[in-house]
Amino acid sequence: MQRIGVFVCWCGSNIAGTVDVKVVAEALKSEPGVVFSTDYQYMCSQAGQDLIKNAVKEHNLTGIVVCSCSPRMHEATFRKTASAAGLNPYMVEIANIREQCSWVHKEMPLGTEKAIILGKAAVAKVSLNTPLTPGESPVTKRALVIGGGIAGIQTALDIADAGFPVDIVEKKATIGGKMAQLDKTFPTLDCAACILTPKMVDVAQNENIRIFSYSDVEEVKGFVGNFNVKIKKRARFVDETKCTGCGACIEKCPQKKVPNEFNLGMDNRRAIYIPFAQAVPKVATIDPDYCNMLKNGKCGVCSKFCAAGAIDYKQKDEIIEEKYGAIVVATGFEPISMDKFDEFAYSQSKDVITSLEFERLTNAAGPTAGKLLRPSDGKHPQKIVFVQCVGSRCSACAEKGKEYCSKICCMYTAKHAMLTRDKYPDTEVTVFYIDVRTPGKNFDEFQRRAVEEYGVNYVKGMVGKITPEGDKLKVRASDLIANKQINIDADLVVLAAAIEPDKSARPLATMLTASMDTNDFFTEAHPKLRPVESPTAGVFLSGTCQGPKDIPETVSQAGAAASKVIGLLQKNKLMGNPCVASSNQLMCNGCSSCERVCPYGAISYEDKEFPGPNRTVKTRRVAVVNPAVCQGCGACTVACPSGAMDLNGFMNTQIMAEVDAICK
Amino acid sequence: MQMNEYKPLIVAFCCNWCSYAGADLAGNNRLNYPAEVKIIRVPCSCRVNPMFILRAFQRGADGVIICGCHPGDCHYTSGNYYTRRRMAALFSMLDYLGIEKERTRVEWVSAAEGAKFAATMNDFVEKVAALGENKRLEDLRCKR
Repeated sequence: MQRIGVFVCWCGSNIAGTVDVKVVAEALKSEPGVVFSTDYQYMCSQAGQDLIKNAVKEHNLTGIVVCSCSPRMHEATFRKTASAAGLNPYMVEIANIREQCSWVHKEMPLGTEKAIILGKAAVAKVSLNTPLTPGESPVTKRALVIGGGIAGIQTALDIADAGFPVDIVEKKATIGGKMAQLDKTFPTLDCAACILTPKMVDVAQNENIRIFSYSDVEEVKGFVGNFNVKIKKRARFVDETKCTGCGACIEKCPQKKVPNEFNLGMDNRRAIYIPFAQAVPKVATIDPDYCNMLKNGKCGVCSKFCAAGAIDYKQKDEIIEEKYGAIVVATGFEPISMDKFDEFAYSQSKDVITSLEFERLTNAAGPTAGKLLRPSDGKHPQKIVFVQCVGSRCSACAEKGKEYCSKICCMYTAKHAMLTRDKYPDTEVTVFYIDVRTPGKNFDEFQRRAVEEYGVNYVKGMVGKITPEGDKLKVRASDLIANKQINIDADLVVLAAAIEPDKSARPLATMLTASMDTNDFFTEAHPKLRPVESPTAGVFLSGTCQGPKDIPETVSQAGAAASKVIGLLQKNKLMGNPCVASSNQLMCNGCSSCERVCPYGAISYEDKEFPGPNRTVKTRRVAVVNPAVCQGCGACTVACPSGAMDLNGFMNTQIMAEVDAICK
Repeated sequence: MQMNEYKPLIVAFCCNWCSYAGADLAGNNRLNYPAEVKIIRVPCSCRVNPMFILRAFQRGADGVIICGCHPGDCHYTSGNYYTRRRMAALFSMLDYLGIEKERTRVEWVSAAEGAKFAATMNDFVEKVAALGENKRLEDLRCKR
């Protein structure tokens, strides 16, 4: 018989406010096996943990029930406490009387009654607990970073600096991401390229970093410390090892009408291209959708002019298999499509552009060489209207916009407005906003400078409709403070489009079995205390894949993710999860039902000799679980017709006991 | 409040990765749902053995709900697909035995869907309460 101690936590008033903890502790005293029961204000505090440790020694406890917050919060804490008191850490059960009781029920009698029942279920379960010992698994000392934007770059550099090899997988032909497309960065107005490109070069030169550009993650198998990943390196039809990036092929390529995605289609590139001058790796790529040689076998000009002989029209996609100990997701964001926002005439007029397009227009390496010219006629715009929150904070228009705030738009719009007035003081700049949100170091000062020093006209109110008329854009909007209608004949309209996670994030999350929120941003293990870890062990989050962020925040999160990865990779062995399936070989009849449902292939069969009648020996086929591979889902336990398969920590008898305790 | 008001007894099995976290989020956001709902944590919804459900009904539960990750989002890749199939078979059999379909449910609740968790529980409790007590499978010998 177990000797169980019950510890009821008040959690200040969080639990004690709606649950009478004294009554709960008293009621659980009479449960079978309970020899000690008490309550305390903060069980997770040092004093609370000491109380548990002392009680274990004093009352010779063999099992512990803590009635407190969610096990997702403090199960690990109390397991450590048990361990320190000399108990097996898996002899602890948590009754969740905060998140699933006191916080969701308002009336004291109801809350107390439920807390007692949850406590009884935990007591019933712990009385059937058995000591468990986790298995050990080795750690592959190599990290994978998915995405080569500023988040991925910073994470990779930090991990590599600590001495661990890192691979970056980038789907585009170069690393750099969205930051490479920006002109200046708020609030200091540093030139984005000047601070990003040296980092890109660092990545290229770092011995510990390999870059797989123009590549995708195809398959992820395994678990923390031991991921097996298949990376598809798409054929770029140029031998990376030979290409010097001289650009002779690009000059001669006759196919000149390919929309340049780096400039968001505002100018054209060739069919063979290097996305931008500072690309890393600086290697040409042939676009198979436009190359005449690849499409109909006629041309071959680039091959003739390549002095290095790097062009290879027969190159095939390549699958690279590699083992990793940790995976960092840094897939980033993209602006939402403006197609559904007909009221802003984005698809009707070339002079209605998004902020990212504006960024390219003002960039010295952009389609206009940094001159602010209208995309339609190349004239200098005199009146510019900026519209904020296009698709952001839009709870009423869920089918086209996003409910959340995209966070960066207020600041970059202020930056655009300021830079425009700085370069072209003759332009009239109006910004329409719902709210101006500028929390951050020197952010509010920056926005005020735009208004006070640069004379940007900020109007609180939304734009209702934009209609192209002649070479003007008629902007109809409301000024909520003056309470009047405003009409502006604008030359250029810039829409601050909401940002959303990159499209590649969703299939990647499925591969990684990492969870996402309703907006397809990756979920962190804990919103406050574990912000760079995914709930899936060994998967870490960096940058805007986790939520809208500006560059400083992205870089700090990237560093945080890297430090978590380094902490993982410097371990030689990882303690596994002991809550894995195990088969009772005396009951197993070797039917293979469990093997068929196991998603990890953790179950195999072996012929084993069992003593038969009259001193004979019988050989039977029985299931064997590989505890290093089993992840403990329990699918096999239900599939097993003879009841031989069970799951440690969640045994049939334990769950039955919980059911019984609840249904008493 | 009336003392003799009928209160159904609901057992909810929640997978550790999505729905249990969703229930925690409902708590964090203080979204109320009836105290009749008692949650049992399982690693994956596919850990729920039909025996657990039969046991609950035998012991006097009025409704059993199983919550797991959305199809395609299972932490264990495919566990919730097994749940879906197994429970479809079990629930139709229970219906045949006289345990009304409204007393059993499988629902997908992600870790981000605290509001959905609370709404689901409110709705489920209301539906089960409308049916009244479950007498069909209750084993009198289990009564204390």
